[in-house]
Amino acid sequence: MKEAAIQVRNFSHYYGNNRSLKDLNFDVYRHEILGIIGPARSGKSTFLACLNRLNDLIPGSRVEGQILVDGQDIYRPDVDVVALRRKIGMVFATPVPLPLSVYENVVYGVRLLGKNNVKEVDFLVEDSLEKAGLWDEVKGRLQTSALKLSGGQQQRLCIARILALKPEYILLDEPTSGLDPISTMKIEDSLRTLKKDYTIILVTNNTKQAARIADRTAFFLMGELVEINETPIIFTRPADKRTEDYLVGKFG
Amino acid sequence: MLVRPKTEQKIVQALLYFFTSIAVLVLLFILVVILKNGLPQLSLEFLTKNPADMGREGGILSTIVATIFLTFIALLVATPLGVGTAIYLTEYTVENRVTRIIRFGAECLAGIPSIIFGLFGFILFVNKLKLGWSILSGGLTLAFMVLPTIIRTSEEAIKSVPQTYRLVSFSLGSTRWQAITRVVLPSAVPGIVTGIILSIGRSIGETAAVIFTAGSALRMPSSLFSSSRTMAVHFYILAKEGVSMPKAYGTAAVLVIAILIINLVTYYLMERYIQRKS
Repeated sequence: MKEAAIQVRNFSHYYGNNRSLKDLNFDVYRHEILGIIGPARSGKSTFLACLNRLNDLIPGSRVEGQILVDGQDIYRPDVDVVALRRKIGMVFATPVPLPLSVYENVVYGVRLLGKNNVKEVDFLVEDSLEKAGLWDEVKGRLQTSALKLSGGQQQRLCIARILALKPEYILLDEPTSGLDPISTMKIEDSLRTLKKDYTIILVTNNTKQAARIADRTAFFLMGELVEINETPIIFTRPADKRTEDYLVGKFG
Repeated sequence: MLVRPKTEQKIVQALLYFFTSIAVLVLLFILVVILKNGLPQLSLEFLTKNPADMGREGGILSTIVATIFLTFIALLVATPLGVGTAIYLTEYTVENRVTRIIRFGAECLAGIPSIIFGLFGFILFVNKLKLGWSILSGGLTLAFMVLPTIIRTSEEAIKSVPQTYRLVSFSLGSTRWQAITRVVLPSAVPGIVTGIILSIGRSIGETAAVIFTAGSALRMPSSLFSSSRTMAVHFYILAKEGVSMPKAYGTAAVLVIAILIINLVTYYLMERYIQRKS
């Protein structure tokens, strides 16, 4: 039996009166890549935002039920949201390097903690970029602006920036939607390596991507979890007709 | 009568060109008149000697010093107040009735004639707070006069910083304040500085609000509580009371050149800042 790192229990989310996530119940196992697929507006991104509580920033956002991360209910009032977000890193659909140097982008999160020891920080930068598969491409220009990198490099920089915080979870919201196939491949390679040490949730519009790298896949539709299972099973013998219809391209 | 689109295009282009040239010509006219009459008055002595005989003789050193002090105090007070208000309005509130009222208030403040600010400063700072006609009273009055400009330009600058920067900062575990100081404000600096430059220009050139609050004493200010005369007020008095037109033009030339230099230097620095950032 695998260990459940994240437990979602009767969880619903509302924007105003609009129920965007409906009574979700499932677990995310430690050190797996969980792919979440589904058509637009199915609640995939909202679910990610609920996991690191970025949804707090949206006016009218409200939740019911529980999400337990490492056994801790993250919606309890005494939860330290800032610490939670450090533990659960998030990569967005469009790469958003901050208008700082490559180096300062990587250490942005740890600088917030007041870490300034040059040797430690230097090591962290190299280590994080290495893990994100970007070190060889940028080691000679750490001090140039991150805005000068290519789209694919920027997205790997965003991953490195999260790794520098030594998180336990990495959420990716369609991380390769704007990238060319080669950049996409590089990011997928990094993710395969990273799952040894991290629990990864990957939201993707590209079902083939889920098929390539997700251990398990969940299918979301209109805010509901239709089904979740081992990726090969979802793609060959889905239990629900709607999953099959989506995968063969009948809608979405 | 039907005008062919091509002809119409030519006419409009000529008309717009004409309008633009009028704006440029007026600026040139002002510059030429002031510099032609003023430049011959300029000398090292004019800049380094105090006025004598009510301004008929000597230079304008004391008025330069007074102008610098007044502007400095105005910006020292208005910048933190204005930028702070802008941060509060954009980052710490959601758009609602209260923020709209505050914004409307700031806008009204911007529309008030400067002489009314002079009156306000006279009543509050000079009389009520017993600061007298002084650099301090004048500087504080100017601060409130330029406050709306700084609020408005800072707000626009902060709003134009992409929302995603804030999201990323939060997602990396920053507090709201850390996101503001580390990402939002550095990106907004060029816009904020533009507001400050505009305010410096207005403060240096202001006459009505200053004459009521800083007074017009023609001597070197010795403290924040000295009454003193700025360049703009000096020019006004020299010209209006027919004391000395040449000296008035000389003062005007210094004023114009100073503002020109401030603008050029800041744009140069800004350009370098933006290049370094991207």
